[in-house]
Amino acid sequence: MRLKFKIFRFDPDTGKEPYFKDYTVEAEPSERILDCLNRIKWEQDGTLSYRHSCAHGVCGSDAMKINGTCALACQKLVQDYKDEPEIVLEPLPTFKVLKDLIVDMDPFFEKVKMIRPYLVSSNPPEKERIQSQADRKKFDEAIRCILCACCSASCPVSQENEGFIGPAPLVQAFRRIFDSRDEERQERLEQLDYPDGVWGCVNHFQCTRVCPKEIPVTKSINLMKRELKKTK
Amino acid sequence: MIFKHDVVIVGSGLAGLRAAIEVANLADTALVSKVYPTRSHSGAAQGGIGAALGNEEPDSWEWHMYDTVKGGDYLTDQDAAEVLATDAIRAIYELEHLGVPFNRTAEGKIAQRAFGGHTRDFGEAPVKRACYAADRTGRVILDTLYGEALKRGIRVYSEFQLVDLIVENNRVVGVVVYELATGELHVIHARFVMLATGGFGKVFKITSNCHANTGDGVSLVYRAGLPLQDMEFVQFHPTGIYGMGVLISEAARGEGGILRNDEGRRFMEEYAPTIKDLAPRDVVSRAITTEIRNGKGIGGKDFVHLDLTHLGKERITERLSDISSFVRIYLGIDTAEAPVPVSPTCHYMMGGIPTSVDGHVLNENGEVVAGLYAAGECACISVHGANRLGCNSLVDLVVFGRRAGKSIAGDLDQLDWTDLGDNPAGPIGERIDRIKDRTKGEKANDIRKAMQALMTNRCSVFRTENELGEAVRELEDLGRRYEEVIIDNRGSSFNTDLLEALELGSLLSLAEAIAVSAKERKESRGAHFRQDYPDRDDKNWLKHTLIQGGPAGPRITFKPVTITRFQPKARTY
Repeated sequence: MRLKFKIFRFDPDTGKEPYFKDYTVEAEPSERILDCLNRIKWEQDGTLSYRHSCAHGVCGSDAMKINGTCALACQKLVQDYKDEPEIVLEPLPTFKVLKDLIVDMDPFFEKVKMIRPYLVSSNPPEKERIQSQADRKKFDEAIRCILCACCSASCPVSQENEGFIGPAPLVQAFRRIFDSRDEERQERLEQLDYPDGVWGCVNHFQCTRVCPKEIPVTKSINLMKRELKKTK
Repeated sequence: MIFKHDVVIVGSGLAGLRAAIEVANLADTALVSKVYPTRSHSGAAQGGIGAALGNEEPDSWEWHMYDTVKGGDYLTDQDAAEVLATDAIRAIYELEHLGVPFNRTAEGKIAQRAFGGHTRDFGEAPVKRACYAADRTGRVILDTLYGEALKRGIRVYSEFQLVDLIVENNRVVGVVVYELATGELHVIHARFVMLATGGFGKVFKITSNCHANTGDGVSLVYRAGLPLQDMEFVQFHPTGIYGMGVLISEAARGEGGILRNDEGRRFMEEYAPTIKDLAPRDVVSRAITTEIRNGKGIGGKDFVHLDLTHLGKERITERLSDISSFVRIYLGIDTAEAPVPVSPTCHYMMGGIPTSVDGHVLNENGEVVAGLYAAGECACISVHGANRLGCNSLVDLVVFGRRAGKSIAGDLDQLDWTDLGDNPAGPIGERIDRIKDRTKGEKANDIRKAMQALMTNRCSVFRTENELGEAVRELEDLGRRYEEVIIDNRGSSFNTDLLEALELGSLLSLAEAIAVSAKERKESRGAHFRQDYPDRDDKNWLKHTLIQGGPAGPRITFKPVTITRFQPKARTY
């Protein structure tokens, strides 16, 4: 089928204002939006830039706004937009645009770093630590996070307030706080106990709606709030 | 700019990260990656990581070693297999201590499941050896080691692409990298360079590999005149999603999934009577291709069915959720309700840069190349021989990544700073300028598509002299066309058009190395199956292939296989 794409373009080298450029692509209904982007770049316009790597929703590179909703271009198919007159591709909102669909991810990874995304645990036994299946299950959904940033980009709070830590780093924090092996559960919770931390979330649920890995992001944030309230 | 670090590690997948963690507190260490580290392709590994923990049933490292050797069709260097099998156990406990969220047994130990080619009692029956975190094992290990790198404050150059190795007086003294954001070429002057740049499945049309897997490091070693080893051994994973190549983990069969042909028959019973669907990947891929060639593909087409419908929703959700979501998203199929159309997909390169068990890169005489180390899929130790077993890749990365890091640490006093030579970024800079300035020629896309199609058609599961000869000839032709490659984008900011053109140059040289090596080896062993030489021939071919470039074209030599505990015998499953 024939598809019309409208793609956000910006090149800092030219000094020109951002604009939208139209492309037409032939594609099968079962093809990915990323396949269409590749075809545009490889066959029509090599100046178009975007990130991509694994092409099946594991690496998290190709997050962008597709017809108004943040998603991975490799997880959305042509047939998902069959009733729409055109497909509009824009860079992730909230983030600074560097070129076309590529945004500056550094501030995002800095916030991930802030929550200390590693296990804090001393004196491990010779073999593995014992963890019950029930304890392991508590953070089973959080380990699906691929740091694509669809959630943080979609969050209405993040859009207004760049100081808010944002949903993805909070999921990363949740993953450690609810891991029975971590020894700094309380310190981690207290680290998030400030207005731009866990309390910045006011339950818009936008993160949960867009998460390509179907993580219950808002629920996870609320569980951390509940843990903090218990200690007050 | 010129940066300076004692150690520069190129590639931030598991091998690179694990090596960096080992050496970072001893020397100034930098990681260079063409993507953000968490985007690395190690993260796409699904099913598990193998180690004889014996948590579910009795197991031993000797059985693991035997399976690795037999799985590799006796081309595996057995000293390397012994290191892998024994050190795997320590490596898994280490990963658990660092926080990897393994699934658990009822007693709270690391859970294990069956996987292709892993057996008890030297081939008697399948054994549960694969430690796993649902079907995202690679991803959670990648996230864990990335966190450790952050904790240690390791300098990461994200989105810097390796474009040249700097070699002075037979010693590697640094790398040239291209900064994607700005288009600048930088030199990283180093005392130690380690390559952990991964595989190059992108030489094939149908592959489970990511777009970044273009073999940049391996091709630079080849271009530097150093040998590559066992390049003819390319693994085709039996179960890629039909038409796309997206991986459906062997764990699906480890959990009880069954392959069926058009008659609904479990055809693996014929090809591997003892372990059936859990035979090694080369055996299963040949079986599927044979079924398809005999007209027993589904509806006569070129795919078969992977049937998970009897596993039940709960087990699928707990242990196979990612692959189920891929199948739902891309095919609209619920794996609990209907079978999945699958066919073989290029998955893994057994061949690569020859290295010692300590990560030293070796030249054609088996001597250490000073200053250069390698680990991971880009390296050939050779621990996987002619065919890698599932779950042996992740463990290879953490075991041999660490050993390479240790090796660098041990050599810190041996190699001092030396001069970079004149204008080390000059040659690659000129090459880039030539591509940017060229106005007449052919776009990379046409050449790439032709290469991928010809490799898939002529150089995959079944091979013949004629087809391989054609492949070599066509690749030479593509190489000439590539000399006139043109790009649209002459800008400097995120010029991925330029980088893809450079990557195509790497892929073409590696495709040539694969095809020439495959044409040379006149026997069938592991993943390399010659229809014109259908038997394994230990008398003439129990040896590793080395291929080196040169002005007169590629040159092949051989090196012996290390055999310690297990003498070659017939390989049946």
